[in-house]
Amino acid sequence: MSENTTKTDQTIAPVTTSSDGGDSAPAHGERVTHSLVRDVVLPGGTGTLALITLDNGLDHTKPTTLGPRGLAELRTALEGVERRAADGEIVAVAVTGKPYFLAAGADLTQAAAVATRDDALGLGRAGHAAYTILGDLREKTGVPTFAFVNGLALGGGLEIALSCDYRTVASDAGALALPETGLGLVPGWGGAYLVPRLIGVEKAMDVILTRPAANKPFTAKEAYEIGLVDALFDAPDYLESSIRWAESVLRGEVVVERRELDPQPVWDAVVAATRERLDAVVAGSRPAPYRALDLIAAARTASKADAFVAEDDALADLIMSDEMRASVYAFQLVSKGKRPQGAPDAKLARPVTRVGIVGAGLMAAQIALLFAQRLQVPVVMRDLDAERVDKGLGYVRSTVEKLVRTGRMSRDVAARIVGSVHGTTEIGDLAACDVVIEAVTELLPLKKKVFAELESILSPEAVLLTNTSALSVTEMAADLAHPERVVGMHFFNPVAQMPLVEIIRTTKTDDAALATAFAMTKKLRKTAVLAADRPGFVVNRLLILLMGTIMEAVENGTPVEFADRAVAPLGLPMPPFALLDLVGPAVGLHVLTSLREDLGDRFPVSGGLQRIVDEQVPVVLDAPKGMPRPVDPAVQAVFGDGTAGGEGALDEAGVLDAVLTALTHEIGLMLDEGVVAGPSQIDLCMILGSGWGFHLGGITPYLDRTGYSNKILGRRLLPDGVANVPAA
Amino acid sequence: MTVADPVTRAAAGAPAPTTPAPRTQASRHRPVRDVVFVEGVRSPFGKARPDGIYAQTRADDLAVKTIRELLRRRPELPVERIDELALAATTQTGDQGLTLGRSVAVLAGLPKSVPGFAIDRMCAGAMTAVTTTAANVAVGAQDVVVAGGVEHMGHHPMGEGADPNPRFVAEKLVDSSALVMGATAENLHDRYPHLTKERADAYGVASQAKYAKALANGDVSPDLVPIATRSTELGWGLATADELPRPGTTLDAIRDLKTPFRPGGRVTAGNASPLTDGATACLLAAGDVADELGLPVRMRLVAFSYAGVDPEIMGFGPVPATERALESAGLTIDDIGLFEINEAFAVQVLAFCDHFGLADDDERINQYGGAIAMGHPLASSGVRLMTQLARQFAQHPEVRYGLTTMCVGLGMGGTVVWENPHHADYSGHTSADTSTATDGEN
Repeated sequence: MSENTTKTDQTIAPVTTSSDGGDSAPAHGERVTHSLVRDVVLPGGTGTLALITLDNGLDHTKPTTLGPRGLAELRTALEGVERRAADGEIVAVAVTGKPYFLAAGADLTQAAAVATRDDALGLGRAGHAAYTILGDLREKTGVPTFAFVNGLALGGGLEIALSCDYRTVASDAGALALPETGLGLVPGWGGAYLVPRLIGVEKAMDVILTRPAANKPFTAKEAYEIGLVDALFDAPDYLESSIRWAESVLRGEVVVERRELDPQPVWDAVVAATRERLDAVVAGSRPAPYRALDLIAAARTASKADAFVAEDDALADLIMSDEMRASVYAFQLVSKGKRPQGAPDAKLARPVTRVGIVGAGLMAAQIALLFAQRLQVPVVMRDLDAERVDKGLGYVRSTVEKLVRTGRMSRDVAARIVGSVHGTTEIGDLAACDVVIEAVTELLPLKKKVFAELESILSPEAVLLTNTSALSVTEMAADLAHPERVVGMHFFNPVAQMPLVEIIRTTKTDDAALATAFAMTKKLRKTAVLAADRPGFVVNRLLILLMGTIMEAVENGTPVEFADRAVAPLGLPMPPFALLDLVGPAVGLHVLTSLREDLGDRFPVSGGLQRIVDEQVPVVLDAPKGMPRPVDPAVQAVFGDGTAGGEGALDEAGVLDAVLTALTHEIGLMLDEGVVAGPSQIDLCMILGSGWGFHLGGITPYLDRTGYSNKILGRRLLPDGVANVPAA
Repeated sequence: MTVADPVTRAAAGAPAPTTPAPRTQASRHRPVRDVVFVEGVRSPFGKARPDGIYAQTRADDLAVKTIRELLRRRPELPVERIDELALAATTQTGDQGLTLGRSVAVLAGLPKSVPGFAIDRMCAGAMTAVTTTAANVAVGAQDVVVAGGVEHMGHHPMGEGADPNPRFVAEKLVDSSALVMGATAENLHDRYPHLTKERADAYGVASQAKYAKALANGDVSPDLVPIATRSTELGWGLATADELPRPGTTLDAIRDLKTPFRPGGRVTAGNASPLTDGATACLLAAGDVADELGLPVRMRLVAFSYAGVDPEIMGFGPVPATERALESAGLTIDDIGLFEINEAFAVQVLAFCDHFGLADDDERINQYGGAIAMGHPLASSGVRLMTQLARQFAQHPEVRYGLTTMCVGLGMGGTVVWENPHHADYSGHTSADTSTATDGEN
């Protein structure tokens, strides 16, 4: 079935081999990738090709990765091949991988366990020592090297291919990418030097900086189109075709043209423009993109040897950086998030054959679409009047039509989805549902009324879900005959793209209902995090706290521009006022007020925010695509007496300090309250629910490494070394 | 059955039509069309053992790669013109299951509009795939077909999963030896005592020698499809040559080999085909369509026949099958200039030669050697015989007719008679009245 694949379904990050929990220091033996060398007699009679297969000896569920021992084996194999090339025994060398993988990149767990800068330097050099043999072989012996990219090629895996003279790719190769800058590293096994020279400096920025930031790898076809590979062959006889092509190249029947290096002015201009963009988007929050940019900047004129030394240095510095360690921690957290903590036995989950949705607003309609698409069951959406129902159904229809139009969904799937989402104004039409989720206005009495109505028509076994973002699930269930079947299932907007679902258990929720919610979330291909029924759960509590703290600073006289820029050093996906604009000031105000009622004045009153909502004051200015939208300075007028300054005014550092202090304090409270199982679950929520960066490790690694947790809570949140470079 | 052969018509006393016949009701039926062999390829044949080249290669993948190479060699053919993909396998489970012809068509990336089916007549599977689809073409139901076979005997030992009906034994429907092919070969030695082990060994040695010579002459490799082979121990490799031949085999070397099917028997690894993994495929077309598309014509199908014999002397099957095919073609054994006979066992070839009065070493027989040297991946072999005959036709324009024949388990034989388009007296493969008749029907 060719269902629509959203951006968030793709993953760019290399697969690591960690098997233990994120809260303990990574320690495991290397899963060694072997370099198997086998002679291939070229069918056209041109001679012998030495074909190297990278294979860790395990099945396709265990991707091939490159650690120190694997690199050493590769180097030994290549040295053997080099001797044979010099002796004239072989006419070509090619590298390919076991089925579905060329290689998924460096063994991140190993890299993140390196103890000293010398060891880190050694890791970079080990890659270059092996890869350089491929890169220099033709010059030394006249024997060209080929990479047959038969499958996934990420990071160091793709760099093997880049080191060769020629590359082919299989049409079904899973993904090609250099995700390093998204993981606190640079493509330092040749990628930073080779890519801009191969495909041009502008496209190199896309490969090395933009795609990793967007978590979007290249398909085989895209990689071919931008010139990362020279030929694309059908999967069924990919290797045969590649070998035939290689022989054609050897015989001069196929000539691969290489582009000239971009002129220096072009090179410089692209680098300068990219640096400007980094300053705006990354804002110094992490070093890796800048180090990558520096390497690219030098790649035009640097000698290969010098460039590779610079790559080694950059890798060594970055491997020994807290940002890289936090990134690996975050990456592993996200990978492991597919197996949620605290979920009851999946066997307890009840079958879901028909789902009801109360409400037909935007959130309800998005949920209806997702349920119909992924659960593949009939979905009944109910609202009070036909007009609202039609609007909800219209959303579903227009969304799938758009997906079909853009080729992201087949007509048949679209027809199935449209055919399986029904609308009604009669609550009785939900009677046959075994799960009903409410997504009505965030008013407790209303939600209680809905649940009471549902209880009167549903079977006692039916699971009741609420998509509330800040109301008490416990209170919502309080008057029901069967409160044990009520579970919070908090989706994030936009539902199709946001990978997180907070699952809320009350003290009365039973395991069967909870297991049903987890099972549904898994089928929806979202990551579930179990949270206790505390106001705002995880993401909203912290995001609204951040926003409230910013508002409070402005109310106290801090200029809005200062407040808006203050958190830039964190490298969040967007500045606070842009976030407010995205969430909607009314929603933000509502949640802020609601949290204040439950949690106290840490969630401050903001008259300015109230006026923004009441008077529909625009809060942000436009910005070029991909650039952050800054606060509209005019919004200052709604705060305090309308002018900045005064003794309560803070500078940017002061605002940042206030935000981090507030976050740390709140996280301490959340952990005390048992909102989640541990700090890493908070990190997982912030990464997937609000896009907070890997370099922050979510948030708690950042609070640890900046000393906030020690200062405010008197303790670290995570053990030393889990998400940072440990103290020696 | 006979396919529009002027020779047959002449033999039956009917004049060959030089002008369109008067349009009677009968003449408005679709004409029987000529079927031609356009192209044939095969995988290198591998040893059906855990250390064989294809031990970690799926049977269906072997077929997919073979068919893709077949089509690559005929870029003139728009793939959407393929009307059928018939694939044979003796054991149709596991990686040889799931209606091979169709599943391989999908896996090979053919247009979804190309249908396919799986077919089984044990060793004559691919031959039957050819004759069945050829018949479809002849009656005008299809224009262009792909036929072939695959057998991964390493993954599917002979008789795997079979559950023979107890009546076979209880009612003595067949001799208990009938299901063991080697035993049937011993039975053939029993029935024809003059077909001695020495003659069988000499035949086996000759097969190896002929293969080695053909390989050296470049008569084998051009028909082979390079196949990427996976080995978790060795890495990826490329199979470009048959794995099983034993060049330089001598009579002395095989004289004392074990006789696994009977103590003191005559059938040994030296005079029988080895267990083999491999795939074959060929392209057939209506003669007119081949011309329309500019496809080369390498052979014209003249006639074919299948016949049954006592299962316990299965190897005798080619004799009655050939007699019937020749009769149908209006030819005699003397008209046949080249034979491609499957060497399941040497004694089975000897029985054929003995019956038709051919010498054991008749140079018209198996010029490139045979299955004793290169192997016999059961349901694949029929198309290998045809592909080799097609090459020999080109090398021997003086030969007008050739045949491919093979013995089949449970007591059968199959024979296909072919005409050489390179021969001076070639009958042609387009019928002058076809276009008229077709127009009339539209």
